[in-house]
Amino acid sequence: MRGLALALFVLAALPALAVEPGEMLADPALEARARAISQDLRCLVCQNQSIDDSGADLAHDLRVLVRERLAAGDSDAEVLAYVVARYGDYVLLDPPFQASTWALWLGPFGLLGVAGFGVAHYVRRQARRPDPAPAPLSAAETERLRRVLNGPESA
Amino acid sequence: MIAELGHFSLVLALLTAIVQATVPLWGAWRGDAGLIGIAPFAAAAQFLFVALAFFALMHAYVVSDFSVVNVFENSHSLKPILYKLSGLWGNHEGSLILWVLILTLFGLAVAFGGGNLPPAFRARALAVQGMISVGFLAFSLATSNPFLRLDPAPLEGRDLNPLLQDPGLAFHPPALYLGYVGFSMAFSFAIAALIEGRVDAAWARWVRPWTLAAWCALTLGIAMGSWWAYYELGWGGWWFWDPVENASFMPWLAGTALLHSAIVVEKRSALKSWTILLAIITFALSLMGTFLVRSGVLTSVHAFATDPARGVFILGLLVVAIGGSLLLYGVRAPALKAEGLFAPISREAGMVLNNLLLATACGGVLIGTLYPLFLDAVGGGTVSVGPPYFERVFVPLMVPLLLAMAAAPLLPWKRGDLRGLGQRLGVVAAAALALALFTWARMSDASPLPACGVALAAWVSGSVLLELGQRLKLFTVPFGESLSRARHLPRAAWGMTLAHLGVAVFVAGVTASTAWRIEAIQLMRPGDTVTVAGYDLTFESEGEVAGPNYMARRGTFTVRRNGDIVTLLYPEKRFYPSQQTSTTEAAIHTTWLADLYAVLGDPAEGGAWSTRVYYNPLVPWIWLGCLAMVAGGAVSLTDRRHRVGAPVRRRAAQPAAAE
Repeated sequence: MRGLALALFVLAALPALAVEPGEMLADPALEARARAISQDLRCLVCQNQSIDDSGADLAHDLRVLVRERLAAGDSDAEVLAYVVARYGDYVLLDPPFQASTWALWLGPFGLLGVAGFGVAHYVRRQARRPDPAPAPLSAAETERLRRVLNGPESA
Repeated sequence: MIAELGHFSLVLALLTAIVQATVPLWGAWRGDAGLIGIAPFAAAAQFLFVALAFFALMHAYVVSDFSVVNVFENSHSLKPILYKLSGLWGNHEGSLILWVLILTLFGLAVAFGGGNLPPAFRARALAVQGMISVGFLAFSLATSNPFLRLDPAPLEGRDLNPLLQDPGLAFHPPALYLGYVGFSMAFSFAIAALIEGRVDAAWARWVRPWTLAAWCALTLGIAMGSWWAYYELGWGGWWFWDPVENASFMPWLAGTALLHSAIVVEKRSALKSWTILLAIITFALSLMGTFLVRSGVLTSVHAFATDPARGVFILGLLVVAIGGSLLLYGVRAPALKAEGLFAPISREAGMVLNNLLLATACGGVLIGTLYPLFLDAVGGGTVSVGPPYFERVFVPLMVPLLLAMAAAPLLPWKRGDLRGLGQRLGVVAAAALALALFTWARMSDASPLPACGVALAAWVSGSVLLELGQRLKLFTVPFGESLSRARHLPRAAWGMTLAHLGVAVFVAGVTASTAWRIEAIQLMRPGDTVTVAGYDLTFESEGEVAGPNYMARRGTFTVRRNGDIVTLLYPEKRFYPSQQTSTTEAAIHTTWLADLYAVLGDPAEGGAWSTRVYYNPLVPWIWLGCLAMVAGGAVSLTDRRHRVGAPVRRRAAQPAAAE
């Protein structure tokens, strides 16, 4: 019985139990800030999880670190800067706007701008064009129409 | 023996696919009816061979034949039968066979269900299907053969990842694949149309049901996946912008755009070449979705394949398929002439805006998903692109989309006027605004964003109902006449109403569950009570239970509201010895307006357990909304014009094609 509990405790590879009760700060405002910061920090040993969602040991350590800095009076930006200084930009799930990420941040909006301009140009240009006359009937169609109108005997 | 039959059958399928990919194309080129006539039979034979292979593999799973490597690696004799079956597609090799099975099933449907397609066109479309098949079967046989044997055979299998042993996830891959493969039909039709050099209303009408069916399946598949994440991962999140999720979401965005632009081609003969391009892009993204997940480029729960030989094969396949079709497009598309013209304020323009925003959103997701790979490849360092990025890019694009979505169905084709639209939508706008202000005051949020989300949901649903009311002439004619109008309304109109309402419900669910969720994390001893959103949860006891292939610790919570017992919740923490992993099984009580979500965490000192309880308002609406979208698509599929089929194109009568 205790053996299983121990096994669960030790071997839990994916407990997905993020923030533990023991880690949480007593001050709800400070804790809320810690949660918000945690959601923007990557758990470096996990696959695409924030430290707020991850049950990994490293995530636990980082959560505690974030709370220690907050308790010591750091601002949110100072906490992030402290973590980045230790782990690099890779730890930020919200990539900073810098030379290496210009294309990342501007790409979608550039795409929207270029596509939007092209589309607006196309729509306005084609709207100004006169309605094309319907394609003239082919010989076979004229023949069919004549039959319909005049009856088959007049063919 | 049966596994070898399956293997042999797969080889035969490849040979048949090669015939299907070449002979009908040659026949259509030469105008040889005999060669064209081979296409349906090749499609049927190929389906038969792939089905044989599929069932041979399934047999190995059912009888737990661990001499087959694939079964050994992904199954276990104690596993419930459902997960033995789903284990087949819970891995790379097996899922490829499922992919091809669905592909050939669709081919069969075109061969014998598409009776109204001109034989030459059908032969070309089937040939393109055959080419896709050749690629997949060659990939499977060369690098990912599921029928390889082990000697000596092990006594027991390694089992499937316990996270995947779940009813929601058992059907998630087949639904996704139905969607991906369904888009291959739109692709094949687009390529066939490019080869023939003509796209007309009849073409759009053939393509639409396939696209619609694929879209429904993909929507359902994505919804199932996110629902699974919600109840299985143990903290109530339902979408993580994980690369694997994005891989299925991009074809969905492009497919949604395609669905709408195909309407314009069908009704107004405009946007032809764009629609063809969208069909190509959608399938290209489906291919990428299939392979990104498999190639090991993106590592995540889904990325079972991490073999570089496969990566190179996949890359080659993608380059040939996407590059080839884009090349063909570049050569042929300029010949496609738009006939229907429209004013900047018209329903067509609304669809164009829809396409612009969906395509940009899709591009944004693509950039965000691939950027870390790209930056790493060019030596620019490592970067993480997480949910904050996607939310900041995606949400601003969706707001105008939702605003326009309300307006476009109310605009006439060809030419509309803004003033008339404003008069009709004024009431809806006022109501949405009032609701937003009420919500903001009531919830006393710091940010106005949740109120904006509510307003958008109200705006969309209000306009959808307004549009329906106008179609039925509700309150302007006697009720009986409205009823009769309702009966005669095309199913496609009902489908759109339902699907757009689904979007509104979805938006409401996302907004409320994101903005107003309540969380309580604490240590509890038996007898302790925690209060969340007016519910008192008492932790009664904790005990051990045994499952078929796992052991679990199960907590019992009594939920009371104002002293009355509402329900009992039994969250579990399961341990799977075969894989030495544990999973959390959240216990959920839903009122359809909110979920009460309880999770049992780890034991702590002194008999206490860490527990977490969430109150998630409107979270069921997220999946109700998705279901409404799927239902809308399904209703639209039964529309009369799809049942009676497209008008027959008379080649002889229209020699002046677009070439």
